[in-house]
Amino acid sequence: MSKGKKKSAAAWLMAAPLYIFTLVFVLGPLVYMLVLSFLQRAEVWGVTSQVTLDNYKNILTPVYLRTFAESFRLAVTSTLLIALIGYPFGYFMAKLRGGWKRAAMLGLMIPFWTSSLIRLYGWIVILRSGGTLDKALMALGLTQRPLKLLYTYPAVLVGMVYALVPFMILAVYSSAEKMDWSLVEAARDLGASAPRAFFTITFKLTLPGLLSGVILTFIPSMGLFFIADILGGNKVVLVGSLIQDQLNQAHNWPFAAALSVVLMALTSLMIWFYRRVTHVKELEGIL
Amino acid sequence: MDNDMILELQDITKSFGETQVLRGISIGIHRGEFITFLGSSGCGKTTTLRIIAGLEEPDSGRVILEGKDVTALAPNKRDVNTVFQSYALFPHMDVEQNIAYSLRLKRVPREEQRRAVAEILEQVQLPGYQKRMPSELSGGQRQRVAIARALVNKPRVLLLDEPLGALDLQLRRQMQVELKRLQKRLGLTFLYITHDQEEALNMSDRIVVMRDGRFQQIGSPAEVYDRPRTAFVARFVGSANILRGTAQAGPGGTMLLAAQGGAVPFLPGERAVAENSPVMVAVRSEQIRFEKDGKNGIPAVVKEKSFTGGMLRIAFAPDSGEEVVASRHGIDLDLHPGERVALSWDPAAAVVVEEDAG
Repeated sequence: MSKGKKKSAAAWLMAAPLYIFTLVFVLGPLVYMLVLSFLQRAEVWGVTSQVTLDNYKNILTPVYLRTFAESFRLAVTSTLLIALIGYPFGYFMAKLRGGWKRAAMLGLMIPFWTSSLIRLYGWIVILRSGGTLDKALMALGLTQRPLKLLYTYPAVLVGMVYALVPFMILAVYSSAEKMDWSLVEAARDLGASAPRAFFTITFKLTLPGLLSGVILTFIPSMGLFFIADILGGNKVVLVGSLIQDQLNQAHNWPFAAALSVVLMALTSLMIWFYRRVTHVKELEGIL
Repeated sequence: MDNDMILELQDITKSFGETQVLRGISIGIHRGEFITFLGSSGCGKTTTLRIIAGLEEPDSGRVILEGKDVTALAPNKRDVNTVFQSYALFPHMDVEQNIAYSLRLKRVPREEQRRAVAEILEQVQLPGYQKRMPSELSGGQRQRVAIARALVNKPRVLLLDEPLGALDLQLRRQMQVELKRLQKRLGLTFLYITHDQEEALNMSDRIVVMRDGRFQQIGSPAEVYDRPRTAFVARFVGSANILRGTAQAGPGGTMLLAAQGGAVPFLPGERAVAENSPVMVAVRSEQIRFEKDGKNGIPAVVKEKSFTGGMLRIAFAPDSGEEVVASRHGIDLDLHPGERVALSWDPAAAVVVEEDAG
């Protein structure tokens, strides 16, 4: 009995750094942000100690509501595209043999060795008016004049999908990798056509991977402000960009904090809803 | 075509890369037969089964199911079902959904599905297990569900790929009896794959002994056990000793196997054995006689003696050639390593065998 107690004390001690870290770097800033969002901004810099709800009321004005709607639309669209591209990619990657599989994994990892910002500038070179894409299309005779793709909604979408698709691929890959392919053979043996076997067996068993991929890409796509800034110019304003503008340009910390709180609440609500709808036990680990 | 044949394999070959797995095998399988493909791992038995199921395509040769060439047909277009070695139960479906999978594909009405599942679960002695998940079942129960799932469709031929391999000995023996009973009761054709000769002898109507992608012998358990055709079959199925020597004429229709200065009579049987030609006989361990300091027989030295529960096993090293093992009931015997003996056998107990095919 006493031995067991001693053990659990030791276990607590070993886990302590984890709790302290969480307290200082996660919970602390969160509480700070929450408090900030109820304070009034000072004349030039910082905040006053006056408590107010004005920051939240401000969000309800049409221009900001539209920003939220736009962010949401972009997040849903890009997540959908990411799933359509990432699922087949991850699935076929899991079916590759040894050497090819390692090569595919390496190909997936190499871009991460370069800063994501620099890779985004690469997209500018490709998408800008008269850039690589325009030149190629015109050389092929498919278009007559530059398409003006940069600083549009589709450009932001391309950037989002490009930045986040590896996470979907890896999530799907990790669950397809665990697939027992003899189950597919059993399904075929029992009379299922190849597509039927895929949808009743493979898809069902890799669904947890797809679902965690959706969460891993949906949440960041709500907030990746620099993609919208770089590829969307000032045409596409997302909640993420708005928060960072309010913080760095307007120095309106309380409003930035309120926006962040609402964004976080909305995302949490989405995840909660998603979990209710999908009932996937395997998601427990990552949420 | 023989109407009694439900399944025929015609000269099937298959290679994986450089390795030739099947080197031209042909066999006809009778309706309602329990046939076992017996061989050690890598002999090509599982590949044979996968070719019949349609999960693998042969390089050449044909698979004929009920008189129809199905060689190029997809697995879902063939009226055969498989019990996989790993069971391959769908982990996201309960027992009922697993078993009804093929019925659902065939759009069998719900009520009928439910009835069929209940009935087959009764057959495999798992009544009332419909709502369990595979993860909640023991190995033996999963095995039964896998069998039920493959049987519910009433396949022309049921293919079983070492289905009892993962079970413990006691359960395996029990399942052997049950499987055999099930097959008799349903009157279906079972094609069974195993590396366990006891299992093969216990259940089969016919045994196909395989080695290196070829059939070594096809026959009833008694035939394969008592009259092995090749040295490999004798060793693999009957755990027999192989003794080599030169054939010589012996008294009264017998011949003599002469080796290392000794000679032991044997009956050539239906096989023509020329005088003064090399000959090989298979003798099972319980038939080996040994005489301490004896003169009549093949000289050998006692190598070791071990007790294996009910049986005493004695290994002898002849002056040349491979080890010979004798077994006796009992606990101990006045015989010690290093002592010299003469080995012999009852002439009727020795079977002339051929060099291995291939």
